[in-house]
Amino acid sequence: MNFLEWYRVDRLPSIFCAGCGIGTVINCTLSAVTSMGWRRNDVVFLSGIGCSSRAPGYIRTDSLHTTHGRALAFATGVKLAEPRLNVILFTGDGDLAAIGGNHFIHACRRNIDLTVVCVNNYIYGMTGGQGSPTTPVGARSSTTPYGSTETPFDLSELAMAAGANYVSRWTPYHTKELTAAVKAGLETPGLSFIEVMTQCPTGYGRANRLRDVKEFMEIFRMRSMLKQKADRLLKEGKPVPPDAIVIGEFVRRSRPVMGRRG
Amino acid sequence: MTMRRFLQGNIACAEGAIAAGCRFFAGYPITPSTEVAEHMAERLPKMGGTFIQMEDEIASIAAVIGASWTGKRAMTATSGPGLSLMMENIGYAAMTETPCVIVDIQRGGPSTGQPTMASQGDMLQARFGSHGDYSIIALSPSGVQEMYEMTVHAFNMADRYRIPVFLMADEIVGHMREPMEVPDSVLIIQRRLLEEEGRKPFEPREDLVPDFPLFGHGHFVHVTGLTHDERGYPSTSNPEVHERLVKRLVQKVEGARREIAMFDVVNPDAEVVFVSYGAPSRSVQQVLHDFPGEGFGHLRLKTPWPFPEWAPGRFENAKTFIFPELNMGQMARELERHVDQPVISVPKLGGALHSPEELAKVAMEER
Amino acid sequence: MRHEILLSGFGGQGIILSSVILGRAAAIYDLKHVIQTQVYGPEARGGASMGGVIIDDEPIHYPKLRRPDIYLIMSQEGFERYGAKAEAGAVMVLDSDLVQSRPGCRYFEVPATSVAKKELGKVIVANIVMLGALVRATGVVSEGAIERATLESVPKGTEELNLKALKRGRELIIMGGEG
Repeated sequence: MNFLEWYRVDRLPSIFCAGCGIGTVINCTLSAVTSMGWRRNDVVFLSGIGCSSRAPGYIRTDSLHTTHGRALAFATGVKLAEPRLNVILFTGDGDLAAIGGNHFIHACRRNIDLTVVCVNNYIYGMTGGQGSPTTPVGARSSTTPYGSTETPFDLSELAMAAGANYVSRWTPYHTKELTAAVKAGLETPGLSFIEVMTQCPTGYGRANRLRDVKEFMEIFRMRSMLKQKADRLLKEGKPVPPDAIVIGEFVRRSRPVMGRRG
Repeated sequence: MTMRRFLQGNIACAEGAIAAGCRFFAGYPITPSTEVAEHMAERLPKMGGTFIQMEDEIASIAAVIGASWTGKRAMTATSGPGLSLMMENIGYAAMTETPCVIVDIQRGGPSTGQPTMASQGDMLQARFGSHGDYSIIALSPSGVQEMYEMTVHAFNMADRYRIPVFLMADEIVGHMREPMEVPDSVLIIQRRLLEEEGRKPFEPREDLVPDFPLFGHGHFVHVTGLTHDERGYPSTSNPEVHERLVKRLVQKVEGARREIAMFDVVNPDAEVVFVSYGAPSRSVQQVLHDFPGEGFGHLRLKTPWPFPEWAPGRFENAKTFIFPELNMGQMARELERHVDQPVISVPKLGGALHSPEELAKVAMEER
Repeated sequence: MRHEILLSGFGGQGIILSSVILGRAAAIYDLKHVIQTQVYGPEARGGASMGGVIIDDEPIHYPKLRRPDIYLIMSQEGFERYGAKAEAGAVMVLDSDLVQSRPGCRYFEVPATSVAKKELGKVIVANIVMLGALVRATGVVSEGAIERATLESVPKGTEELNLKALKRGRELIIMGGEG
């Protein structure tokens, strides 16, 4: 499907680094949005602060590029005041899980009818590569120069525990699956959370010997494990490798929803 | 036609909001403002509006701003600690020119301070609390009738100038009950919407205010807190773009001071002139009532911000200005910038109003 | 005419509601200028609660009580904190079941709590008994006004009970029989 008319071509080229995964995430998201048959007048994009939050600035719909961590709270206002609008957020691991963590769990608890696409690149990209709540133990960043010692958040588990109706996780290697997941999220009433484990060759890669995007993609290919397989291994009492990236659909359910147009 | 009702100040504020067409309220419980939220929670669903209790005050003002972009008149109510939390997003509302109303029922600070006692300690924070340069309007009611009327006016001013407007009340005015006249209908000044083909979403009119590009109406507007050009596109390293935008954000309010400012002048021939806003105005009015022969003057500021710097000049014979405030002289400092005469700040902390006797004593000494 | 009425008791007695009813009676039904204020805070939840009502024919400026001339006291602590300071020219209506001290001013003893409990079957309406007594003793608002304001302010289904409480309060005032 052609969704060039959804781009603000007069703003290109984007500010994203060469090899950044955000472009893939935007493409997959727009592909899913257009496959819903929605017009640009029906959709509002929101974001907070960070690399991924710049995404709405390149999309030709109404959009709110808000303050750091707060996009979900702004989105709650948009959606409740005008339920006709389909509300989609771009966010990142720092924006969503650190400064915006409280809004995240409460938006999931309310199960407000919007879709959150989280670019989880394990790092603060915009400010130059600092550690985030999802930086893996041992990974280096400019604020974890000796390797991170904190236990990272599993954002999909968090969204599920807090009550989101739809949760899935993919990577930019899995573009078809990612597009389908965003579409499933758009179709599911309530809060849909799509986590995209994404390469950041500049911020994360430079500090962790992963500057080469091909290598990064190879990791996504090799270490990704479908949730079904991980579940089977656990059931059989076999270990899931600690560096596995468990991907797939985690939950699709119909808890009561806030903000659904009546 | 009006209807006489006996209402608490906070309830009158909520009723004023409903009358003004407010159909979205997001808030978080905090003394002494909570009655505003409680009343909106009861009233809004019956009016087809939305009430939501958010997880904190940061989220509350964020939701209000989001709702405003869909064209709803939106409001929150809080007190000092909540106002502090809201500050970053209030700057966002100023930068993105989002109309919204923030009710601050002031209590004693700093920090948790005196939750149940009155203060006017947030006057400078309301004006300057977020980072960077911008301007806002603040209204200060001194009675229940004004809680109603000024809330209506706050929505009109927010839409007229596309800014956050503060209703700077306090625990005394918020919690006291008085009879008031509720009108059948109120004057509504609509937001000027963007309708002209080809007009850019942040392109100002002659009054420096751009037409409002409502979400969902084909404007495809990008709203960002980054420095932006008239298209709304980020432009963060061009000094001229930044200077033009920020100067306009300030000037659209400051340049309209004479349109915006409201104040009362009593005894313009007076030599000793009280200046006040909000609850202490009641103490001053009592002094003028109790000592009619002394010829004291009274300048009551209904809009402390933007400050009407020409108003003190209405007292041509003024030798002294006496400025009682429930703070350490926050607005007295502003008055000092604009007059040659001495300004006697009369601070009062702790929650009680200045007694008429103590104000009379200060005035007698100046006579 | 101007009156400043101070009401005090302990939290849960409905002192604040009494002050609101009194204010509403004067404001809406007697068309007076009125300001009602109250003490908020932790002390309002169990400690000595206090409400103030100013009723005037002229506009009221300063909203707080300056020289109360009428007192309604429903607890010993309320008496000690507020009632003991009553000026000689004031008049006080006190709940004689709960207030042990007596003021230096003119006063009426009203066994409101025991009447509410034993005769009316609901101790919760003791404050309304006191209001009935206060209005009969002082005439600070009209009796029609206090009835209508009470009916407007109490929960649905309790109107009869509250009217009875007002009436009993009135009957407990024997003019010329005050202390």
